[in-house]
Amino acid sequence: MTAPATPASSAAPATSAAAAPALARDARWRGWELATLAALPIAWLALPQQALLLNEIAILALFALSLDLVLGYAGIVSLGHAAFFGLGAYTAALVAKHLTPDPWLGMAAAVALSALLGFLTSFLILRGSDLTRLMVTLGVALVLYELANQMDWLTGGADGLQGVTIGALWTPFGRFEFDLAGRVAFGYAAFLLLACLLFMRRIVHSPFGFSLQALRDNALRAESIGVFVQARLVAAYTIGAAIAGVAGALLAQTSGFASLDVFDFHRSAEVLLVLVIGGTGYLYGGLYGAIAFKLLHDLVSAWTPQYWNFWLGAFLVVLVLVGRDRLVRPWTWRPGR
Amino acid sequence: MLTLLFDGIAYGMLLFVLAVGLAVTLGLMNFINLAHGAFAMAGGYVTVLLMNRAGVPFLATLPLAFLAAALLGGLLEPTLYRRMYGRPHLDQVLFSIGLVFMAITAADYLLGSSQQNIQVPPWLQGRLDLEWIGIGRYRLFVIVVCALLAIALQWMLARTRFGSRLRAAVDDRRVASGLGLDVNRIFLATFVVGSGLAGLGGALGAEVFGLDPTFPLKYMIYFLIVCAVGGTTTITGPLLAALLLGVADVFGKYYAPKLGAFVVYALMIAILLVRPQGLFARASARRG
Repeated sequence: MTAPATPASSAAPATSAAAAPALARDARWRGWELATLAALPIAWLALPQQALLLNEIAILALFALSLDLVLGYAGIVSLGHAAFFGLGAYTAALVAKHLTPDPWLGMAAAVALSALLGFLTSFLILRGSDLTRLMVTLGVALVLYELANQMDWLTGGADGLQGVTIGALWTPFGRFEFDLAGRVAFGYAAFLLLACLLFMRRIVHSPFGFSLQALRDNALRAESIGVFVQARLVAAYTIGAAIAGVAGALLAQTSGFASLDVFDFHRSAEVLLVLVIGGTGYLYGGLYGAIAFKLLHDLVSAWTPQYWNFWLGAFLVVLVLVGRDRLVRPWTWRPGR
Repeated sequence: MLTLLFDGIAYGMLLFVLAVGLAVTLGLMNFINLAHGAFAMAGGYVTVLLMNRAGVPFLATLPLAFLAAALLGGLLEPTLYRRMYGRPHLDQVLFSIGLVFMAITAADYLLGSSQQNIQVPPWLQGRLDLEWIGIGRYRLFVIVVCALLAIALQWMLARTRFGSRLRAAVDDRRVASGLGLDVNRIFLATFVVGSGLAGLGGALGAEVFGLDPTFPLKYMIYFLIVCAVGGTTTITGPLLAALLLGVADVFGKYYAPKLGAFVVYALMIAILLVRPQGLFARASARRG
């Protein structure tokens, strides 16, 4: 990397000229990336019977994708990512119930509110160690859980928010009602997942994305070469929150229901597991992890439905003991990681 | 008013005994053990089962609860936990969440998901009504036991050879092992005692907190608050934090039941925002 003449002020223009070829090389499309993205519309066309399951996978994948920016790129260990997911879900459901049944408007509101919450709470995680961050993220999710539980005049409390009807989905090809088979729902989810993946890909291959990885690996060094660490963390956390809001809104809109469960600790832990199965820090981990997780869930549930959590826990323990990088990517095995 | 304060102190004392093992784990090995509550649950179940099925008197079950949880800790530490010390925090979090899920489901499978009740002996039931304060006998008993434990721990840490080794290891693990201290063995011993104390706390607290398979998850946040707010370098820090938390929780639930646990979480976030290293932590040179 070439050193700019005046580090602080002209860092961006000076480096962008020098680093442009490197950035372009890194951002080149790989074959497997294109195949992964193409798989989404193909799945929509080829597997209409599985649309409900695919819809769940797409929502989980989006949620894990949002965590990937926070954890895999910015290196923030969060135990409360469900806060944004839940806020998105409740916002979308409330908008549909009281304001307008239009799904796009509900989605926009959910994204805006989640991003706002992400922006506000990001200042809480700037200071302190991993433990402090863990506690604060967990605390934020718990506070929201309590709020949703107590404000039963608005959220329905422990019974959940019922009677949400979502209107027809406007598309350039006409308006579609959400159907029971989940065909439209999965199309909607797949479109949003695709859009968010492309958006995230643009972000992580930009200088901003590289600065995130730099500060994840060593915040002190990143700061000393002129990265404004705190602003980057705020931005990454806000974007991650917004995308988690998309996932939450999708869940509420496609199921027509929002319950306290969306804020639950289980959800934050689950998404962490999904992301870790798929692998962090390369953008597609959430998608692959979501597919693997849902298939695993179906498999184990068919065999022992009640005690799925035990095997989930056992799987987590084994995963970490073996090493999460090595289990999912056998070709990276090497002594002493 | 004073009665509430008294209840809060009893609650806080229990939290202290439950969480002190976690504080040592965090301070000594910088290990985030979210599964600490599982040891407490194990102790609680030992007491409940011994009392209800075998008819063992309450007082006799307490040491057994301690021993059972300590044994569990002694089994898990060398086999599983030790491999996790040098790992990134994310691995530790995932690992211990996995253990929590397993513990919850195992307890559910073996003992059913219903809440377990224990019947404390008659001489611990009821309350002493003085002029302006009502003292629950069981609460008083809890406070006395926990206070004795806290004093014993403080004495052990400050006066004994083991205590000074432990403090040395907490202050700087590398230098301590360079001076010939077997840090691994110190840690095994501390982990066992910490797990045992959690088990004892779970047994004592079964009457106060209630005991069902979701216990480790429900109270995980409380243990973590005690450690995060109290700091991990002293005994007094977590003790004060636990008392503060207990009193705040009891008062919050009494005066603003609608807000529920909201008060406690908000308080925690506020404290961590102002003092990320904990309220009572002393400045430490060792980071990371």
